Amino acid sequence: MSTELISPVTAMADAEHDAAPVEQSERRGRAPLTTGGRIRLVFAHLGVYLAALVFVSPLVYAFFSALKPNSEMFAMPPTLVGSELRWSNFADVFAYGPFLTYIGNSFFVAVSGTLVVLAVSTMAGYAFGRLRWKGRDLVFVLFLGTLMVPQEVLVIPMFQVMQWLGWVDSYPALIFPFAFTAFGTFLMRQFFRGIPFELEEAARVDGAGPIRSFLQIILPLAKSAVAVLAVFTFLSFWNSYLWPLIVTVDYASHGTLPIGLASFSGLQGTRWDLQMAAAIISMVPTTVLVIALQKHLVKGIAMAGLGGR
Amino acid sequence: MSTTTYTPRRGTLARTESRQALGFVSPALAGLALFTIVPVVLSIVMGFFNWPTFGDKEFVGFDNYVRLFTQSPDFWPALRNTFVFALLYVPISVILSLLLALSLSSRIRGRGALRVLFFIPVVTPMVANVLVWKMLLQPQGLFNGLAQSWFGVQLPNFLADPQWAMIMVVVMSVWQGLGYNMLIFSAALEQLPESVVEAARIDGAKGFRMIWSVMLPMISPSIFFASIMTMITSLQVFAQPQLLTGGGPGNATQPLVQFIYNQGFKFQELGLAAAAAWILFAIIIILTALQFRAQKKWVHYEH
Repeated sequence: MSTELISPVTAMADAEHDAAPVEQSERRGRAPLTTGGRIRLVFAHLGVYLAALVFVSPLVYAFFSALKPNSEMFAMPPTLVGSELRWSNFADVFAYGPFLTYIGNSFFVAVSGTLVVLAVSTMAGYAFGRLRWKGRDLVFVLFLGTLMVPQEVLVIPMFQVMQWLGWVDSYPALIFPFAFTAFGTFLMRQFFRGIPFELEEAARVDGAGPIRSFLQIILPLAKSAVAVLAVFTFLSFWNSYLWPLIVTVDYASHGTLPIGLASFSGLQGTRWDLQMAAAIISMVPTTVLVIALQKHLVKGIAMAGLGGR
Repeated sequence: MSTTTYTPRRGTLARTESRQALGFVSPALAGLALFTIVPVVLSIVMGFFNWPTFGDKEFVGFDNYVRLFTQSPDFWPALRNTFVFALLYVPISVILSLLLALSLSSRIRGRGALRVLFFIPVVTPMVANVLVWKMLLQPQGLFNGLAQSWFGVQLPNFLADPQWAMIMVVVMSVWQGLGYNMLIFSAALEQLPESVVEAARIDGAKGFRMIWSVMLPMISPSIFFASIMTMITSLQVFAQPQLLTGGGPGNATQPLVQFIYNQGFKFQELGLAAAAAWILFAIIIILTALQFRAQKKWVHYEH
C-alpha cells in the first residue's frame, strides 16, 4: 500500500483555508423557478419536514415521557404529555444510584483521553508529515495497518494486559488503551502536509528548531483540524460502551455514563420514568456539542469520510 | 528520500532531524506497541490456549477453533445473526441516507438545521438511544398503543418474537446511524462540479435521469466508501441487540460480538473468545476485499 493512495485527503486540508463548500453552494446562482417547479418545491419541503418529524418523534416522546409520573408511562391510549410535567424526575435520577459519579467519570475520562490523543497525534503527525527520517514511510504504513484491526480482537488480550498491570477498575484503563489509535495521527499528518513548507522554512533559517516551529507555526495553523479531532475523540470516549463494560467491575466507583445507564435499566426495571430522564440527561452534552460545532463536524466528516475518494 | 544524496553537512542535519523526529513519534510508537501490537500478538497466542480469566493456561492447538464450529451451540446462530443483520442493515441504511442527502438539496430551507437533527442520534450515547426504543417497543408502548387506539389492531410483541426482534434491532440501528452516511453523501453532492451538472441539464437530463445517470455515478466513490464502512461496523454490531433484546429471545438476535463478549467475560473462556474474534476479523477482511474487487464494475473515479 502506497501512502499516496490517501493523498487526495490533503486537498481537503487545503480547501480548509477557503470558505466552507457548504456556503459556496448556498450562494451560487439558480435559474428562476417555473410554476410547476415551485409546486414541486413545496411538496419537497413537505416531504422532507414530514420525514424529519417522524425521525425526531422517538426523542420528543422520550423527553415528555421523562416528565410523566411512572404510572402513566404506558397509559392507553398513549398521550404525549402526562397529567403533570414532573420535572422532579430529573432530580430523582441523581438520588437513585451514583448517577453524578457516572457523569463525573465520563467527563474526566473523555477530557483526559482527548488531551492524550491530541498531544500524541499532533506530535506523531508532525514527524510523519513534515520531518524527514529514515524508515518514515514504512512506519507510517505499519501505523495505518493497525487501523484495520477491529476493537473486538483487541479487547480480550487488552483485558489480560490490564489484569497484569493491575489496572482493572481504574481511570488509566479507561483512558489509555484506546488513546493511541492511528486515526488521529493519520488525520494530523494529512493536514500538516497541506501547510506550505515555506512558512516553516523561514523560521528554520532564523534558527528555530522543530519543537519551536511545531509549537509556534504548525499548531496555530492547524487549529481547526485539531478542533475536529478533539470533537470526534471526545464523542467516541463519551459514548464508548464495550471497553468500559469489560474493564469496569465496580460500577459505583469507575462506571461511565453508558455503563451506569445500562445498569440503571437492570436495577430499576420498572422505573421507566427515571430511565427516560437519565437517557435524556446523557444526550444533552453531545447534542449541545453537535449544535455548537456543526461546521466542524461537517468538515470532519468530509476530511475523514471522503478518504475513499 | 535517501540520506546518501545529501552533502556531508546536510547529512549531519538529516541525522539531527531524524533524532528529533524520533522524539516526536515515540509516544505514539510506544502506545501503539503496548496497546495494539502486544494485544494482537497476545490474541493470536490466546487463541491456541485454554485461557481462563483466573487459573492455569493450557496449550490446546487449534482446539478452540474446532470447538467453535463443532461444539459451541451459540456460534453458528451468532454467525447467522450477524450476516442477517448486515444484509438488512447495510442496503437499507445506505439507500435511505442517500435519498435523504438528495432530498436535502440546496433549495430546501433550513436544511442546515435538518442535517443537525438527523445527525443527533449518531452522537448521543447508543445506550440512551436503545433505552428510548426499548420503551417504544414494549407491548404497551407507543407503537402498539397507537395501533390499538387508532386502528384497533394488536401489534406483535416485537422484542419477544424472534423475527420481529431482529427486524426491530435493524430498524433502531438504521434510525441511529442514518445521519452519518447522510453527511458523507451531502458533502460529496456539494462538491459535484456545477459545470457538469449544468451541461447535463442543457442536454435535457432532469429529475430521476439526472440523479441516476449523472449524480450517482459521480458520487459513486463516496457510495463505495460509505458501503464499506457501514458493512464493517454492521459486522461489529453489539450494543443494540445486547441492550434491546439481550440477544434474545433465546439467541435469535445474538450477534458474533455479543457471543465473543459472553464467552470471554461471562464464561471466562478468553481463549475461545480470542479465537472467535479472529474469525470475525477474517470475515471482515474477506468481505472488504470482495467489495474492493467488485468496485471496478460500478465505481467511477475521475482520474
